[in-house]
Amino acid sequence: MENRQIGKSVPRKEGREKVTGAARYVDDLTFPHMIHGATVRSSFARGKILGIRFGEGIPWKEFTIVTAKNIPGKNCIALLIEDQPCLADEFVNHPEEAVVLLAHPDKYLLEEARRAVHVEYEPLPGVFTIDDSLSHKQIIWGDDNIFKSYRVEKGDVGSVWGSADFIVEGEYETGAQEQLYIEPQGMIARANSAEGVIVWGSLQCPYYVHKALVRLFGLPKEKVRVVQTETGGGFGGKEEYPSMIAGHAALLALKSGKPVKMIYDRAEDMAATTKRHPSRTRHRTAVTREGKLMAMEIDFTLDGGAYETLSPVVLSRGTIHAAGPYACPNVLIQSRVVATNAPPHGAFRGFGAPQSVFALERHLDRVAAVVGISPEEMRRRNFIHQGQALSVGQVVHEKVQMDELLDRALTLSGYHEKRARFAEENPRSTVKRGMGFASFLHGAGFTGSGEEYLASEALVTAMPDGRVQVLAGSTEMGQGTNTVFTQIAAEALGLECEQIEILQPDTSRVPNSGPTVASRTTMIVGKLVESAALGIKKLLLDASFLKSSYSATEFADACRKYTGKFGPLQSLVKYQHPGDLHWDDAKYQGDAYGAYAWAVYVAEVSVDPCTAEVRVEDFVAVQEVGKVINPILAAGQIEGGVAQGIGFALCENVVWQEGRMVNGQMTNYIMPTSMDVPPIRVFFEELPYARGPAGAKGIGELPLDGTAPAIANAIARATGADVRQIPVTPEKLMEMLEHMYA
Amino acid sequence: MPEAARKIRLRCEINGNALSLEAYPMARLLDVLREQAGLTGTKEGCGEGECGACSIEMDGALVNSCLIPALQADGTKIRTIEGVADAGTLSAVQQAFLAHGGAQCGICTPGMILAASNLLSRNAQPTEYEVREALSGNLCRCTGYTKIFESVLEACRAQRLRP
Repeated sequence: MENRQIGKSVPRKEGREKVTGAARYVDDLTFPHMIHGATVRSSFARGKILGIRFGEGIPWKEFTIVTAKNIPGKNCIALLIEDQPCLADEFVNHPEEAVVLLAHPDKYLLEEARRAVHVEYEPLPGVFTIDDSLSHKQIIWGDDNIFKSYRVEKGDVGSVWGSADFIVEGEYETGAQEQLYIEPQGMIARANSAEGVIVWGSLQCPYYVHKALVRLFGLPKEKVRVVQTETGGGFGGKEEYPSMIAGHAALLALKSGKPVKMIYDRAEDMAATTKRHPSRTRHRTAVTREGKLMAMEIDFTLDGGAYETLSPVVLSRGTIHAAGPYACPNVLIQSRVVATNAPPHGAFRGFGAPQSVFALERHLDRVAAVVGISPEEMRRRNFIHQGQALSVGQVVHEKVQMDELLDRALTLSGYHEKRARFAEENPRSTVKRGMGFASFLHGAGFTGSGEEYLASEALVTAMPDGRVQVLAGSTEMGQGTNTVFTQIAAEALGLECEQIEILQPDTSRVPNSGPTVASRTTMIVGKLVESAALGIKKLLLDASFLKSSYSATEFADACRKYTGKFGPLQSLVKYQHPGDLHWDDAKYQGDAYGAYAWAVYVAEVSVDPCTAEVRVEDFVAVQEVGKVINPILAAGQIEGGVAQGIGFALCENVVWQEGRMVNGQMTNYIMPTSMDVPPIRVFFEELPYARGPAGAKGIGELPLDGTAPAIANAIARATGADVRQIPVTPEKLMEMLEHMYA
Repeated sequence: MPEAARKIRLRCEINGNALSLEAYPMARLLDVLREQAGLTGTKEGCGEGECGACSIEMDGALVNSCLIPALQADGTKIRTIEGVADAGTLSAVQQAFLAHGGAQCGICTPGMILAASNLLSRNAQPTEYEVREALSGNLCRCTGYTKIFESVLEACRAQRLRP
């Protein structure tokens, strides 16, 4: 019965509902007597609230109006700490901060009313750049504007600068990026003293929302219920912000006594919700004339926006990934995330790593040029191997195949042949072409002791008729959780996928499996599902209702007998941290992740020097991700991530003005269309990971790390432009090209 | 809605059924379909005609229903995602999206399937470039489009093989 379900492209579990339009997203739901909610937001980046005036011509008596004064519990969105208010009270600290909530049955009138609320402010000077924040132009958070800082040290960088053959320095920047899930954020809430608070909505992490509502309403845990509706994309954007909307909708529901629906339109979603942290990275690298890395000094800074939210964790992942898959004996990484008066930046697929990996991979191409060797030779001479230590001191026990991945990626992309041909053709061609690549790793699961603290659970239940239910707090948002869990449970039990049901995440009935983030769902929670399913089998075997080999009918028969005799047939499994993984939070050293995915991505670009437009012509993504559970879903994850990476690299440009995004529409914030993506060719190496379900590791975030630097390196190769910032919009590239030709 | 606006009666054929609906003349067809006809398969992604999540067919043409005022729908034949499957049997395009990973989060899928179906009704054997072009008004953030192209091309093959 081995591997009947694993490695097969089983169709998406909820696919039929999605292709027929029957899938129900939050905005598709209606409740009796439901009314609509809207948010009045701050027009200033920083200021003291002097008063709230309700304009004329609006029948205000018909409206439910909520301000900070109406919050029954603590006015905060509880996450890591409680610094972010649910509704601004005395001060606003960023544009678009929520100040007043309104609800009314007529959503057209509601919009008129929203515009008629005037909040008066005494403006205060704001901080809008990393430099202004670091130079303490204004202190806007804590004592020093710093949410969190880390120092990672390996060896002694100070000892080698004098003996280095070359020292190469560089500064690199990445911009904010909007997650741009196509379904905007939304929630429906019902709240009353009998039921407590119930919310239904588009979200990644039911138990994050649960925690925030418990604190906001001062209710016992059992009086708060969070239900995930079909979710139209998340990418991290629905990790922390849904707690805010859930809180707003629930406050209006409590005051009005009616169900309240709050759906953001695209403009509000882009203006108010989180984005990828803008970053600045400085590298100083000592290298021998053979291209051996001697020391890497990395200074990594993120702009966190106005409140802490998840910034310390984003910084952590970015910091740990900053030195890449290389075995450099001396590394010093110093990092910090700073406060500015912009809406808080937050989780976005890759979670800090795409920023620091962009800097590193672009920098290594520049180091190679200084040394006078090829970019591939530069990597090859420094790749980490089994038994060597990463920058955080983690000795890699798994087999590492970076050399093989590089060979395969360069061969599949025709890298050497094309590079030679382009070098020859470019001088006389009107279109400049280039090849570039990036090599990188991505840790799966929460960092360090994170998984131990989460202590996630998953439950598998078998019905008397042999149907099996998987109960987990992990959410489906398009990435394939439902299907992958189905395959894992079916495989463990020797059943067909049709016999497995995945229950809708609802905190009143599913256990807390931790958040659906950090490339952890398949590898960590999937393993719990596998263990729980095996637990069911063991119960049936131990009770002698089942023999080691059985048919589906015999399984159903055994379930009927078991439940008849003993009652519910359930198996709950809690995460056990492997005893050989050690993490020292104080020193920031140790086993940062249980497993890493490893990859080499190659981009081929063409650049029109007249318009400075860049096209990605071909893209090869080769990665080792453990056992692939569902090849179509897995390839879909990589292809989608590469497309987002193309946007990050080339066109997704958030334009800021005093902390406010001023191009918050799909008309002027440009994401890749079907005409912009190249053939994305995805290849997997499969080295089963002993601790993953059926040998799988996490893959969701991986493709965001390497795509942008591969493209930037290709642009540099094609044009000679020393790309240091992304996105490389035509405007920016044209400026660089004009400067070069001048 | 300005106070002067009065609802008008719309008669149109939606997914083969004659319907009579009341709506403000400048209400978005998207809202009329979702809120009055109860056809929630048509989605709103941007409300400004950029993302195509609200794509429907109106008298055979692919349109963004968020940009169509209700009065323009009077007397038209409309097809939404709910009208694509035939009595529960998936169309070749729907079947191919299911089998080839063309849908991930599913929010762009109804519009994408209508755009693909509309293309195939005009061009039974499109090239990959023609598929890209026809879908360029429909944004997808999950798939990187690759599996969508594969799904559409596979649907063409399946349709050709049909007796």
